[in-house]
This record gives sequence, structure tokens and C-alpha cells, in this order.
Amino acid sequence: MTGESTKGRWLTVALLTPTSAWFLVMLVMPLVVVAIFSFGERSAVGGYTASFTFDQYANLPSRFTAFRNTLTYAPFGTLVSLLVAYPLAYFLAVKVSPKWRLLLLVLVIVPFWTSLLIRTYAWIFILGGRGIPTLLDYIGFEGVRLINTPFAVVVGIIYGYLPLMVFPIFVSLERLDKRLLEASNDLGGTPFRTFLQVTLPLSMPGVATGCMLVFILLMGEFLIPAFLGGGKVFFIGNALVDLFLQSRNWPFGSAVAVTLVIIMLITVSLYMRLTMGRAADRNESIM
Amino acid sequence: MAMRLYSVAVYLFLYVPIGIIVLFSFNSGRHASSFEGLSVKWYGKALSNPFVLEALTTSLIIALSAALLSSLMGTAAALALQRIRGPLRAMFDGLIYVAIMIPGIVIGIATLIALVTVFDLLNPVLGALWPADAAPPKLSLGYASVIAAHTLFTMSLVIVLIRARIAGMDRALIEASEDLYASPWRTFLQITLPQLFPAILAGFLLSFTFSFDDFIISFFVAGPNTTLPIYVFSSIRRGITPEVNAIGTMVLGASLTLLIIAQVLLRRREGR
Repeated sequence: MTGESTKGRWLTVALLTPTSAWFLVMLVMPLVVVAIFSFGERSAVGGYTASFTFDQYANLPSRFTAFRNTLTYAPFGTLVSLLVAYPLAYFLAVKVSPKWRLLLLVLVIVPFWTSLLIRTYAWIFILGGRGIPTLLDYIGFEGVRLINTPFAVVVGIIYGYLPLMVFPIFVSLERLDKRLLEASNDLGGTPFRTFLQVTLPLSMPGVATGCMLVFILLMGEFLIPAFLGGGKVFFIGNALVDLFLQSRNWPFGSAVAVTLVIIMLITVSLYMRLTMGRAADRNESIM
Repeated sequence: MAMRLYSVAVYLFLYVPIGIIVLFSFNSGRHASSFEGLSVKWYGKALSNPFVLEALTTSLIIALSAALLSSLMGTAAALALQRIRGPLRAMFDGLIYVAIMIPGIVIGIATLIALVTVFDLLNPVLGALWPADAAPPKLSLGYASVIAAHTLFTMSLVIVLIRARIAGMDRALIEASEDLYASPWRTFLQITLPQLFPAILAGFLLSFTFSFDDFIISFFVAGPNTTLPIYVFSSIRRGITPEVNAIGTMVLGASLTLLIIAQVLLRRREGR
């Protein structure tokens, strides 16, 4: 499209104006406000008083537990989801007949788009006192406690984010040239060796994308620890809800949020450099 | 074989919890521990509860508005973006990426404090400008703020979907239409739009589902309004009632239906 007419240019501007306004008012401005507030002070009634101080950041260690929990559960949850998701993605992409593939894939993805609230609630119901523990009582294991434990939180994480992990891995495995597997086989590679040296490396872009998506969402998670961790497992997201809605300490909350976003940016860009660099020759995004 | 068993186990893991919610929504008893018999009484209870109905209406209004705005603006932006290159394009790509990637909770708090601050600045100005004999309008959090915050995410999603569709579109048809001296507008209406339509509709449905199911953003910016997820959240906080199972089943049923339609629409393009 060379030498676009003036009319065409005006059309482009007109089409982009609402979206630009939206990004400016609903994304850029709020993020700038949070950044500014994080250097402010809390006023007596809550909210914000203008100031320039690093006090809020100096106070971050008071929320150390939330940061520590998020930074251990997010990578751990991502890893466990990956371990659960990979065999399923492999099964769907390589083993299942194409006739069933689409249906089975859709069945994995669909739960992700349904209410996380209701799906997490289902686990309160299942792991709670009247669920599995009652059943265990019948067969003699008394007093087992499942809800409000780290175990419950990890189950909730896998349940919530498994679909998001399966999909990108599936996509990269499906693109994989099956002739490579045959070649490895013909050259005397054992199935295990073929997997390690051919399949796994070629599916790395999908693994990287899936891990990144799950990790990012877990960093901001609130519902799963709130419902299944019972105050024992407290994430940054729970700290933010507390700071903004209960104690109304906006400047400190903003500092926590800014720190969260910075940690996310650093880990994600480090991670991308590490994993995407290797896959750079496959210059394609899975998303 | 082991793989097949494993996959069956994962599917069970994904669907049994949903199945349990559905099953117990038809339980006539109060408690989760025992299934006392089939009954639809919790559906009756839920649907005659004025708070549930009000929350449902609020959620529907918000989801419908967000989905409409997102599909209109997202489609417009996707079409415009393919016409621009260079730093401006890179800036938009960056914004779309940030809008999708940033955690909902950060969007929620950022929007909350930004809007409350802006409203506090604007309300006195509005009051001063307004004629003295009428009460000036007061800006506050409510429907509009939730719709606007949801639309940020869903619009970005629609842009991504439509761009994927544009990339897979048959350029030959557009060129043929131009060769036959159709006006650009007519080419758009008769060639581009019909090809984009499945993706636009899928984007609409996904946006609706996202907005209808969202809890965390609404939790911060809904002001005095209660959406259905906020209602469910607070009922769960107060203790589990079987009514929540019935609401949950209805919400899951509605989203599943919309999602399956969206998936079919999105897949159809790949089949071609």
C-alpha cells in the first residue's frame, strides 16, 4: 500500500482514535498514577497525600511473607503444571488420531475460559471438611485436613492454569515435523532418546510460552490462595486486596504493586532471553 | 496405553469438580456431605433471590456493553493497524501486549485509584460549571468504570484475534474486487467483513465470557454495584450455601455454551 491517499490516512486515524483514547485513559494513566502514588504518603483517613518519599518502598519488608510465598508458589506451581500438562499435550499432538484431536483440545481449553471463581469454589467443596476428608474418615483415616493447606493451593493452581499450559505446548508439538521422529527412529534412537534429543528441544518454544503465561497469572493470583489457602498461604494479590480495600493504604499498596510489576518484568525478560534465544531461529510466536 | 490412561485421568481431574458442582446443585439436602435426592429447589431459591437477580442483571449489562465496545473498537483498530508501520505500530503492539499481560489485580487497583483521583478533581469543576438551580452530576465508580476496565482487556484480545484472521485471509479476493472497480467501501462490506465476521463474533463471545466471569477487576472498580461473581464471592466468604452450586452451574452452563460456539467459529477458519 504505497502512496496512501489523505483520505485513507484520515480513515486510519479515525479507526484508531477510540482504541488510543482507551489505552491512554484506562492503561497508561492508571499505571502512571500508581507509580506516582507509590512515592506518596498515606493521609490520616486513608487514601493519598502528595509527597516524594521512599518510605513506602522502605516498608516493603513488612509484607515479606506475601512476596516470599508468591515467589515460591508461582515458579513451583508453574513447574508442576508443566509436568502435568506436557504428557497430555504430547498425547494430543502426537498420539491421538486427527479425528478426535480438535474435540479433545477444545475440551482442555474450555475450562480456562469459564469462571475461575466457580472452579476454585468447587475445590473448597471437594477438599473441605465435608468432602474428601469425610470419605477418608469412612475408610479409617481420621482428621485429615486438606483445605487451607499448601497442598490445596497447589491443586487449585494446577486446576486453574493447566489449560493455559497445555495449549502452547500442543501447538509446538503439532507443528513438529513427524519425519524427524521417524529419522531418529531409523538411525537407531530409542524412543526415550528420540524424545530427549528431538521432541523435547523442538517443543521448547511452547514450553516457554506456557510457563510464561502461567507464571505471570500466578504472580497476580488472589482467588486461589484466598479460597484454598485460608490465610495461611498469602500472596501479593491478597496483600493488595487488603491494602486497597480494607486498610486503604494506597501509597503502600501502590509500592507493592509497582514492585510486583517490576519483579514480573525482570523475571519474564530474563526468562525470555534464556529460552527464546535458543529458539530464535524459529522466528515465530506461538501465541 | 499408559499415556491414554494418564490423559483420561487429566480429563477427569478437569471435569469431575465441575460435575460435582452440577450434581450437588440438584441436591435437595443442605449439606455437601450427603446427597439426599434430586431437586431443583436451589435453582428456585437462587432465581427468586432479588440480590441474585440484581447481580445477574448488572453482570449482563456490563458484559454485553464490554463485548459490544470491544468488538467494534477492536475490529476498527485491527483494520487500521495493518495499514501502519514503524514506531507508531510498535507502540500499539506494545500497548496491546501490556494490556493482555498485566495481572487483572494490578489493572483493578490502578484503575480504582486513578479514577477516584480524577473524579475527585473533576467533581468540583463540574459543580462550579453547572447552573446553580440543578444538582451537578457526580462522577463515581459504577457500571461505566467496570465496562471501561473490562474493555481494555477484551478489546486487546479482539485485536489479536482479528489480526490473526486478517493474516490468514485470502488477499486474492480483495484484489479481484479492486480490479473489478468496486469502491474500497464496497470491497470492505462484501469481501473483508464477511471473511472477518466469524472472528469478530468469536471475539464478541470471548469478551462477553471474560467480562461476565471476571471477579478481580470488578471487585475493585464496581463501586456500590454487585456483579454476579462479586455476589458469589461474598456468599462463599459467608459460608457455602447450596444456592451457590445452582448459580455456579448456571454460570458454567452459560459460559460453556458461548465458548463452544466461539471455538467452532474460530476453528472454521483453520479448516479452510
